Amino acid sequence: MKKCVIKLEKLKKNYKMGSVDIYALRGIDMEIDEGEFVCIMGPSGCGKSTLLNLLGCLDKPTEGKYYLNGCDISAMDDDTLSDMRCSYLGFVFQSYNLIPQLSVVENIEIPLYYQGVSPNESRNKSIELASRIGLAERLYHKPTELSGGQQQRVGIARALVNNPLVILADEPTGNLDSTSGKEIMGIFTELHEQGKTIIMVTHDENIAKYGDRIIRLKDGLIEKDERISKRISV
Amino acid sequence: MLSVLSIYRWIRIVKMGFKSLWLHRLRSLLTMLGIVFGVASVIAMLAVGEGASQVAQDQIRRLGSKNIIVRSVKPSLEQKATGQRSRAIEYGITWADATRIRSTIPDVEILVPNRIIRDVVWNTQWRVDGQIVGTVSWYPEMRELQIIEGRYFTEIEVQSVQNVCVLSINTITSLFPNGDPVGKSVRIGSDYYKVIGIIEDEGNIGTPSQTQSFLVQTSENQNKSRKPGERFSPQREIGKRDEQKGPIATPQYRIYIPITAAQKRFGETLVRRTTGTFEAERVELHELIVMVNVEERVEEVAKIVDSILQKYHKQRDYELTIPLELLRQAERTKQIFNLVLGTIAGISLLVGGIGIMNIMLATVTERTREIGIRRALGARKRDIILQFLIETIIMSGTGGLMGIALGLFIPYLITYFATMPTIIRLWSPLIAFGISAGIGVIFGIYPALRAANMDPVEALRHE
Ligand SMILES: Nc1ncnc2c1ncn2[C@@H]1O[C@H](COP(=O)(O)OP(=O)(O)O)[C@@H](O)[C@H]1O
Ligand SMILES: [Mg+2]
Repeated sequence: MKKCVIKLEKLKKNYKMGSVDIYALRGIDMEIDEGEFVCIMGPSGCGKSTLLNLLGCLDKPTEGKYYLNGCDISAMDDDTLSDMRCSYLGFVFQSYNLIPQLSVVENIEIPLYYQGVSPNESRNKSIELASRIGLAERLYHKPTELSGGQQQRVGIARALVNNPLVILADEPTGNLDSTSGKEIMGIFTELHEQGKTIIMVTHDENIAKYGDRIIRLKDGLIEKDERISKRISV
Repeated sequence: MLSVLSIYRWIRIVKMGFKSLWLHRLRSLLTMLGIVFGVASVIAMLAVGEGASQVAQDQIRRLGSKNIIVRSVKPSLEQKATGQRSRAIEYGITWADATRIRSTIPDVEILVPNRIIRDVVWNTQWRVDGQIVGTVSWYPEMRELQIIEGRYFTEIEVQSVQNVCVLSINTITSLFPNGDPVGKSVRIGSDYYKVIGIIEDEGNIGTPSQTQSFLVQTSENQNKSRKPGERFSPQREIGKRDEQKGPIATPQYRIYIPITAAQKRFGETLVRRTTGTFEAERVELHELIVMVNVEERVEEVAKIVDSILQKYHKQRDYELTIPLELLRQAERTKQIFNLVLGTIAGISLLVGGIGIMNIMLATVTERTREIGIRRALGARKRDIILQFLIETIIMSGTGGLMGIALGLFIPYLITYFATMPTIIRLWSPLIAFGISAGIGVIFGIYPALRAANMDPVEALRHE
């Protein structure tokens, strides 16, 4: 049996807007095994991003339990959460979120800063990753000098540099044209084939088909959780 | 907290700080200026203050910390009695006072009676407005004055009323521009004095009520200024009062002659001219210096001297100056001065610090998204705090160093152009730098905390 990396039990998240409580998540139960490529879908405002932020240890649930690699996140303090993000998680954002004043390699090596890896080692690792995703020629360019597709590649490289347990991606192709989107999905498929656990939020059915499991959310609850047996090849 | 961070993190954090400041060079420089000028002004002001107080203290010290200086002062009551113009006003300390002090107080080591007369001193066509000091042979020894050339007059020369004189070094350039004055003669009034030596300049005393030294007019002026009807036959008329005031005064051109010669040539009556009328004054001694053998007893002896004098003087026509007391006063003044400077400097550094904080707050807001990204990628709160704190410390530290450089340079300029003495104490740049670095920490903490306490999710959404 495959190892369970993520386990949610009755996970709830409320936001307080003045005197009104907004129930963004109203009790999510799910288990994600190592190597799964999960797509989270659902209409706007159903709580996809909220769920991903919780999975990413950026936020803490109001109620319920979240086990990441067997550790109970809900009980952790801020520093430990940072360390969890540092060692187990990789983020890919819709708007790339690269630091504009840093070059491609410098952006990629940021997670290694916080792991205390030596400057030489992190530089080498960063260059190697950049070359692997086809940015060997652009190592010392600034993000603004790159196309959207290239920027997102840098984003993916940065998410991979600390060799994370789970890659979390919030609409990674949302800002890209279909060609670049396909390229990015190609990279994700490759990672999936290498055995990476990927959780991706999307509202595009075509993109969701790249995954092997689709979780549909509605009003803060899981509406449907289906496994796709037949995968589309690139 | 520090041990948790590996050395690599430190290197990176400092590098990152320099890099991000360098990215906004102009902004960083302008932000630093507050600290630069704050630190520079602290150092420069302290240097000027130290210099000035050093000069004052040196001058006072030259009067001798063991000395008590008694001076004749025209009593204030007498000044109004202008109706009695026909009589010469008699006041001041006398030879009898000197004898009394010497015989009454065992602690008195040396007594130097002086007469001080202002007059023009001539060497052919060159002249100075000098102070002619009639004094005794042990005067230089007591005032710790160095004989630069030649010798001082001897007791024998004093006893035999010789017309000899010793010039203070500052008179030489105006009086003997061609140099080599020893052996030549100078003229005061109608009398010639042989120059036998050159002596070091001495410090000035400044007291609230002023010394009563008068300009004695030269014989050339005498005839012009004297009205035909006046019946006075005093030796000299007095033209103007001594204008030396305050502890730091312009150098006095002093010419030392035996006290006996001064008495014989200038007599004991001096005439002061006030708005067309004349006042004759009889003063036996202008100055009496009492040296006490131990510094601790100076103030006590001063009291005894005062009481002795009080007994024989109906009016307060003398004045006691205790250089030791002046020295202590100067010390206190300096302390107050430093306190005031410290406050001003503190305020300017505070303003500099607020400037830094202001910019850092703006920077933090501007870089909210970066903070969110770094947090998502594994940065702890303390990493963010350090990142911004280091930037502030770099700014205030660099500003401090620039301020020190400027602060060391300004006193040099002041000394060069304003010929004012300045003294830079080692501790002043150290303190200034310490304060500026401290300001970096204090004013950097709040923006850094604000950055670290941002909610990562909110920060990532920020734009
Ligand atoms: N920081 C917040 N404060 C208040 N309400 C929020 C906040 N974040 C999300 N919500 C609310 O929670 C719900 C789910 O939001 P979100 O997870 O962003 O939806 P999705 O990503 O699926 O479009 C929405 O109703 C949204 O308004
Ligand atoms: Mg969303």
